[in-house]
Amino acid sequence: MAHLIDVKNLKFRYANAFQDTLVIPEFTVKKGERVYLFGPSGSGKTTFLEVLAGILRAEQGEVRILDQSLTGMSEQGRDHFRAEHLGYIFQSFNLIPYLSVQENIELPVHLSTRRRERLQGENLQMVVKHLCSRLGIETFLGKKVTELSVGQQQRVAVARALVGRPELILADEPTSSLDMDHRERFLHLLFELCETFGTTVLFVSHDRSIQHLFSRSVALNDINRAFHSPTTMTQGM
Amino acid sequence: MVFINLALKSLKNRALASFLTVLSIALSVTLLLSVERVKRAAEEGFTQTISQTDLIVGARSGPVQMILYTVFNMGNATHNISYHTYEELKKHPAIAWTIPYSLGDGHRGFRVVGTTLDFFDHYHFRGDSKVELAEGRAFDGIWDVVLGADVARKLNYKLGDKIVVAHGVTHGEGIQKHDDKPFTVVGILKPTGTALDQSLYTKLEGIEGMHVDWKDGAAPHGEQVVPQDHVHAEDLHVEQITAFFVGTKSRIETLRLQREINTFKEEPLLAIIPGVTLSELWHGLSYVEQVLKIISWMVVGVGLMAMLIALTTSLNERRREMAILRALGAGTQKILALLVFESTLLTLAGILAGTALAAGGARLLGPWLESEFGFYLRGSFLGPREGMYLLATLVGGVLIGLIPAFRAQKMALKDGLSVKL
Repeated sequence: MAHLIDVKNLKFRYANAFQDTLVIPEFTVKKGERVYLFGPSGSGKTTFLEVLAGILRAEQGEVRILDQSLTGMSEQGRDHFRAEHLGYIFQSFNLIPYLSVQENIELPVHLSTRRRERLQGENLQMVVKHLCSRLGIETFLGKKVTELSVGQQQRVAVARALVGRPELILADEPTSSLDMDHRERFLHLLFELCETFGTTVLFVSHDRSIQHLFSRSVALNDINRAFHSPTTMTQGM
Repeated sequence: MVFINLALKSLKNRALASFLTVLSIALSVTLLLSVERVKRAAEEGFTQTISQTDLIVGARSGPVQMILYTVFNMGNATHNISYHTYEELKKHPAIAWTIPYSLGDGHRGFRVVGTTLDFFDHYHFRGDSKVELAEGRAFDGIWDVVLGADVARKLNYKLGDKIVVAHGVTHGEGIQKHDDKPFTVVGILKPTGTALDQSLYTKLEGIEGMHVDWKDGAAPHGEQVVPQDHVHAEDLHVEQITAFFVGTKSRIETLRLQREINTFKEEPLLAIIPGVTLSELWHGLSYVEQVLKIISWMVVGVGLMAMLIALTTSLNERRREMAILRALGAGTQKILALLVFESTLLTLAGILAGTALAAGGARLLGPWLESEFGFYLRGSFLGPREGMYLLATLVGGVLIGLIPAFRAQKMALKDGLSVKL
């Protein structure tokens, strides 16, 4: 099998920008890798993740994930692909405030038939419970998400990203709101589960102190040839 | 479907705002339905003030004027008609019954009607409702009087009370009172919700008896006064009446009879079909109804605006939520659908609550409206017209809901997964 992520000659520019935000001749991730993508604030990390997640569409080059070309898909196709194959973890505010912990975690399964199929007839509640017990959050299942600490919320986010065993997790600085001890613990839990499920991890951050925990680390500035100035880096609200 | 659950939970999460939105739509729907209902009740009440009477006949004047002074207690007849003419016409083979009406006297602002027992037998209103006595009996002697419900209530009269009739209908004390010839209250009518409640009823001879000693429209002085106990029914000859109501033997004959009376040789007469005149009069007044309708649609508009405001102001707080949904694979169309669904749900809830409120209100206030204002909320509550109104409100709600939904979609597209709040 080819690479899990295969990016070639990617160019991306926001609609009203004067310069490209991303010019990436080549970037690959193998299945099962845990890649740490480092970049300072405003280097286009989130933009790159959004391109990989199919939220943004590169006008040039090719982005292939799981041997499927995102660049060739329609917007709905990419939405569908994301629901089926990708888990996404935000920096913070990962959870929908009016749903319980359980409902938040179950949400991706309701949005994707493939994730449902991957449960292989297992009871969704049991799957969620099992996942949460491994993350040490099984006692919070019935709670409102607003009653949880930030660390607990991030673990719920991991459970949600992994439910239904997606092939790839994209994480956008999920540890930045945690303290050092929690960061390491959080990553250990994430990696442990990803190993069980055979899930690949692409993790972006500006925090190099956790770099050593990953199997490979890449600096975005090394692969991105775009000239960076503040105007091209901040995206409009 | 997961989106239904999402929408419901999201609305519940913003319970107060959702509740107020539903309330504002509900109240405007209630108003819309109630205006329609009251309008219909008013129209029915108005055009059914008199029913089953085929013609009203009086001295030649205008149809509207005639309906006003005979049925609504408003204004006066310019001329009377002779009793002889009445007696002649009464014998007409097409006529089944008549009710003579003699007007012109009043009691403390209320009108005194001189009539016969035919009034109790044949006067109908609101379909086939008849004049009924709440207490006492119908008039029998010359000096008996039966009171309309409002007269008895407002003036606090009981059976057996003596009342004095004044010449002309004036408020307060009459200028010329027939105080030498008081009447005795023998009966009180049940409320009808029509102008009938605001009159007093005596025998035709009573009216004649009061004026027995009058000459050329002037009150008698000193010796000319005939004491009340000297007046006997046998001696009284009714000379004039103001108008009379006619029931024909068959409806088909009404028009022919009307033409015949209108061309009556001996005296200039006018016969009108009360139903026709009443509905003409009502349509002349219908601009009020139009104004009411416009106002209630405006209120519906304001209710929907409240929803627009509530949904739009919540959008900014919900950008993170949209980003999460997008990360989970929900497309922007689904986000659009979610918001449209929410606004549809709010509108529907508002419509249902408003309908329930209007129905409950009508049921609760109905009896009070009937007794206090003579407003009869009859007929089906939800007709095709109301259905159309509710449908229009729903469509309006969905369309208004599209505005924040499109905004949310645009925002979600722009924000992607990185909302910077």
